[in-house]
Amino acid sequence: MLDNTQVERLEAEAVNSAKVRQPMYAARKKIFPKRASGSFRQFKWLVMAITLGIYYLTPWLRWDRGPFAPDQAVLLDLANRRFYFFFIEIWPQEFFYVAGLLVMAGVGLFLITSTVGRAWCGYTCPQTVWVDLFLVVERAIEGDRNARMKLDAGPWTARKLMLRISKHAIWLVIGVATGGAWIFYFADAPMLVGELFTGTAAPVAYITIAVLTATTYTFGGLMREQVCTYMCPWPRIQAAMLDENSLTVTYNDWRGEPRSRHAKKVQTAGQSVGHCIDCNACVAVCPMGIDIRDGQQLECITCALCIDACDGVMDKLGRERGLISYATLSDYNTNMMLATAGGSCSVNPSLVRTADGPFSDKVAHFHIRKIFRPRTYVYMGLWSLIGLGLLYSLLTRDRLEINVLHDRNPQFVTLSDGSIRNGYTVKLLNMIPEPRTIIVTMQGLPGAEMSVVGDDIPAGRSFAIPVEPDRLKMLKVFVRQPADQIHGTAQTFKFRVEDKASFESDEYTATFNAPETAK
Amino acid sequence: MSDEHIDEISGVETTGHEWDGIRELNNPLPRWWVVTFYVTIVWAIGYTIAYPAWPMLHSATKGVLGYSSRNEVRDELTAAEAAKGKYVAAVESKSVSEIAADDGLREFAVAAGGAAFKVNCVQCHGSGAQGSKGFPNLNDDDWLWGGKAEQIQQTITHGIRFASDPDTRLSEMPAFGDIISDDQIAQVSAYVASLSGKIQDVSLVEPGAKVFADNCVACHGDNAKGNKELGAPDLTDAIWLYGSGETAIAVQVRAPKQGVMPAWGGRLGETKVKELAIYIHSLGGGE
Repeated sequence: MLDNTQVERLEAEAVNSAKVRQPMYAARKKIFPKRASGSFRQFKWLVMAITLGIYYLTPWLRWDRGPFAPDQAVLLDLANRRFYFFFIEIWPQEFFYVAGLLVMAGVGLFLITSTVGRAWCGYTCPQTVWVDLFLVVERAIEGDRNARMKLDAGPWTARKLMLRISKHAIWLVIGVATGGAWIFYFADAPMLVGELFTGTAAPVAYITIAVLTATTYTFGGLMREQVCTYMCPWPRIQAAMLDENSLTVTYNDWRGEPRSRHAKKVQTAGQSVGHCIDCNACVAVCPMGIDIRDGQQLECITCALCIDACDGVMDKLGRERGLISYATLSDYNTNMMLATAGGSCSVNPSLVRTADGPFSDKVAHFHIRKIFRPRTYVYMGLWSLIGLGLLYSLLTRDRLEINVLHDRNPQFVTLSDGSIRNGYTVKLLNMIPEPRTIIVTMQGLPGAEMSVVGDDIPAGRSFAIPVEPDRLKMLKVFVRQPADQIHGTAQTFKFRVEDKASFESDEYTATFNAPETAK
Repeated sequence: MSDEHIDEISGVETTGHEWDGIRELNNPLPRWWVVTFYVTIVWAIGYTIAYPAWPMLHSATKGVLGYSSRNEVRDELTAAEAAKGKYVAAVESKSVSEIAADDGLREFAVAAGGAAFKVNCVQCHGSGAQGSKGFPNLNDDDWLWGGKAEQIQQTITHGIRFASDPDTRLSEMPAFGDIISDDQIAQVSAYVASLSGKIQDVSLVEPGAKVFADNCVACHGDNAKGNKELGAPDLTDAIWLYGSGETAIAVQVRAPKQGVMPAWGGRLGETKVKELAIYIHSLGGGE
């Protein structure tokens, strides 16, 4: 077990701490986050691998849909206005599924934030993931915190130039790969990659890559924490979703204060001393350049790296972990009341524990029950309700549809034998990637017959017509009713479409207009 | 500008303006903002050199890139014409029945003819080609001069009763008010009306039939089915250009109205007329 003074004190000062809060106008102060190690860092590596893996690899997954549709598992085919997602194919009018997913993502974010705080910011936000990735490169080339600070402060030597050039070059390559992966979602990936390298891809592909390369490089490499602090609306919005039962990364000053580098000396002097030895490990690892010991603040993305750093120090000192931990405001308040004897004095660690011994029984710890409270029930309920609704709608949606547009000019035509003719634009939607023969039938309107313009289909009350796979077929249909069968100026009848093979059907109720003189 | 004044709290110089004791801090603009501002100025100078910009006495500077919005429109129109060229050439070289038999070509002709119809024909025939009293409905299956695509083409090219075109469709029903008596007009009107509907005084039908046989069959035929060679309408059907019923028929027998349609061949050219013919043929009544 180490003594307090044996833990190296890092010469770290938060560039944006409560003492020296950065004004909006000042030039940015560089942050050199130290490499952290611990369970949260492990978890973040895992999340990074999964999210980046999903992003870069998804376009390359194949999914067989037969000869009449693309075989890319996830494809936004803008040219043909189709969205493919594994076994789901979405037409433009079904885009509400995507909107529904976005609503679910929103409610899901509320749920996550109200339980575990800004987990989105700390672990999965692309800004966080890419900055992490860029830092990996930076560390590999320039070394860890101290080496980087030294390099940055030092004069421009050939070595510094080489390191800087290679770092920025790799960042740019990552940027290009990021932009490059994005466009594969919009076209057949294997084909597009060939076109890209032969210079035959569409200009928009190159433009998109260029724009995303620029944004990735600028946001991930140059702007970093400034994106979160100044540009992103989420910190403001998410702050409103936290309540006293949400877990946030918390410095437990009820056990840490008064912090001291020289505990022994202070104790000998008869003063109480907290667990924090003021080693600045939490400050050195922070990618946002803040001091978590100032309390919860806007800039904190709750990446939990300070927890890892502090836990490491506590382990070395043989003290219980969790000086910085995920804690709720209510637990924190309870413990603070305990440590300050109800707010009557400054923090006195001896009120919550014996000298370097175990904590008092009265210290509140997080309990899993706190996750289940009315607020989270509402979010969970809402989230599942929308999800179930979308799922139901998806499972029962039509893959064969008919839409009818009644001619309005003229509404009807009197023919030489006195019969009345109405014109309709009939649209048959075959929404599966297979050709099929669709039977169109009239229901109602006695005596009337249909004829299709331009097709060799005999007039009658029913006809069969082939429709190409995954296509809409537009027909001009004339309906003609003999004069003596007409009842009223606006009769309703139905167009019914049917696929005998799959037993799917759809109906459209249309109106048949006739002049008043026709009876 | 008043004397220099430093704000006590922030330590920032103020602009010297004061409103009811409130002073405005003179914070420096953010660097990126200033840089962007200068970039826009440089950009604007380059822009006015590259593109038409500065107004002079009689025109404006042309810009070194030679851009002009008129040229852009002209280029777009030329490109559109070029894109249509293949179809236009095919319409030009083929007969209307050949065009009608070709799906792609027919679709093109219907679209082009529809556009031409809206410009040239809707004034009389209506925007839906539904016509009105004295102006034939082109949607129905009743054709005075024939409803085959070629016949429609002929009618559009040379017009009807259009004096300055020697090949125009020509027919003239005499004004029977000068030829037969008022009674005979009433009788023949009753007879004609009875062919397609009910009339009030059936006793007029028999003498009317005789008047019809004496005066009308030459053009309208023994069975009153009309004659498309002469533009004589079918009197047995449900479609009446000048109104149905005995009264309207009597008016038309006494002093017939004779509609005139201009010849469009010279004005629109053969290709456009073909497109129009295909369009009208497609409206549902084509034969």
